Amino acid sequence: MTKKKDGLGALDQVAGNGLMSRRLLLGRGAAIAGAVTFANSAGAEPLKDDEWGRSQGITSKEVDPRSRFEDKVKRTLSNPNGEPRTQHARTPHQFLNGTVTPNHLHFTIVHTGAPDIDPAQHKLVIHGLVKQPLIFTLDKLARYPMESRMAFVECGGNSAPMFSPEPVQATVQQIHGLVSNAEWTGVRLSTLLDEAGVDPRGKWIIAEGADMSALSRSIPLKKAMDDAIIALYQNGERIMPGNGYPMRLMLPGFEGNMNVKWLRRIQVTDQPAMTFHETRNYSPVLPDGKAYKFYFINEVKSFITQPSFGTTLKEPGYYEISGVAYSGTGRIQRVAVTADGGKTWADAALQGPVNPKAFTRFHIPWKWDGSPAVIASRAWDESGNVQPLRSEFVAQRGQTKEPVKNLLGFPNQHYNSLTSWGVASNGEISHVYF
Amino acid sequence: MSTSEIMSISRITLLAGLLVAAPAIADSPGLGTKITEADVGAWSITILPDGTNLPPGSGTAAQGAKTYAEKCVACHGEGGKGGPYATLVSDAPLQGRGIEAPKTIKNFWANATTVYDYIRRAMPWPNPRTLSDEEVYGLVAYILSENKIIEKDAVMDAKTLPQVKMPNRDNFIVKFPDKI
Repeated sequence: MTKKKDGLGALDQVAGNGLMSRRLLLGRGAAIAGAVTFANSAGAEPLKDDEWGRSQGITSKEVDPRSRFEDKVKRTLSNPNGEPRTQHARTPHQFLNGTVTPNHLHFTIVHTGAPDIDPAQHKLVIHGLVKQPLIFTLDKLARYPMESRMAFVECGGNSAPMFSPEPVQATVQQIHGLVSNAEWTGVRLSTLLDEAGVDPRGKWIIAEGADMSALSRSIPLKKAMDDAIIALYQNGERIMPGNGYPMRLMLPGFEGNMNVKWLRRIQVTDQPAMTFHETRNYSPVLPDGKAYKFYFINEVKSFITQPSFGTTLKEPGYYEISGVAYSGTGRIQRVAVTADGGKTWADAALQGPVNPKAFTRFHIPWKWDGSPAVIASRAWDESGNVQPLRSEFVAQRGQTKEPVKNLLGFPNQHYNSLTSWGVASNGEISHVYF
Repeated sequence: MSTSEIMSISRITLLAGLLVAAPAIADSPGLGTKITEADVGAWSITILPDGTNLPPGSGTAAQGAKTYAEKCVACHGEGGKGGPYATLVSDAPLQGRGIEAPKTIKNFWANATTVYDYIRRAMPWPNPRTLSDEEVYGLVAYILSENKIIEKDAVMDAKTLPQVKMPNRDNFIVKFPDKI
């Protein structure tokens, strides 16, 4: 292969507008060092010791705070004063990397505030169509065999501004901030249901929280016996209050609202309860006025987090395009990226391990030549599902009559089509459709 | 078949064996405390669409109107027609208003039992689960009657409420039937 000494060779380009082979990432040292041009090296000043290295530093704390320079990395709040309505806190994906959402930045939606639960007093009851109703304290549950798994949680209403017929000018946090990914550790629900002995008539479970509105959802017994866990830990520590302390239901790949937080009751039934949340909020209306019900799964999806709206590319040259992909029906198998608005695509590298029903980080090298570009990602999962193009998605699911003005509203649910960022020649990034 | 293929197949077989065997090891702690269904008592508030778990008692729209004026009107407005929070009574259609059409009890909710279940568990904000069962029956009758889904003098109880046919009940498509 011929390669110019001062950069990436023409043969390394695998798709239009400067997308480079993901294989270049394998030999990062050689390929990327070769790609960077040190244009400003002539103006560099001689190095000297910095002030922070000539005095004693910060004293260690019991709970480690992050650097004061990272203050901008925070969740955005829809209801910061706790008015009597739902509160949404969105994850700042544009500032994060890897696949793990730190606990204090994991998105939360709470309808009546997070209850201040005393873990010593909290109880979980399993009853209904079972041979023997049972009650568990946290202490007892903590003695059961523990299982850990990476899993994303996504609100069924995440990305709702994408139903707008014109692209909203907003950050990835504002658009897609209601999804996060963590390692959840807890007890298999099937273990507890087996202990109670499910009656053959049992087909559903009703899960209910200990919050003020006693939020409840119906879940097929099939899912409860498959991969559901009662999670006690989030990224190694006890679950955060906004995520259900001291325990929550974790249903990998299923709509966030079904992963009931502050879990206190599981009732086995022969029918779904048709609760407020399942029959109203999370039943999306279709263009013909019919509606879907039991839209359990968050389908295959991806979006580019870097670069994205809100940042400006300061100069042409090498950048890495990176983002997250996930699917409620299995592992991510492939992510393709375009830099020319969908005319040509190249496969991105997937950062392993690729876990089922969890974030997978994708990367692809990009040499931006300074001309306008439109970048987007598209994901496939191992079950053969592909993220629909916007035209395909809109044909089936529709879009709002007027452009979306309120970024905090939920005109519809379960958007999983593409997100495209337009890079202007001055490096500014806008949200565009193609 | 190469040696490595044979080895990987036997590994898969072994792994499958372990996966099947795992629950037998895992399901033995038996640390749950036995209770009776009656002990679940006040926590068991789910009402099923066929009426299972609806409590004794009854209510009418006239009774519900009094409770409504006292405990609900501040948020939901006169006659349930809307205030600072959700509109409860409306003739606005669902069809023809796009995918963002506002969902109302009349144009969207599939089951009348959900109205009972949700009022009893979550209302009135911020003092949920303080209404008596009779008050809830009255409020349900009032809301359904104002929406012209039931007659003005209809009595709502454990027998009549599950029989109320909500106008939009048959307008739903099950998205993932194979997951149920």
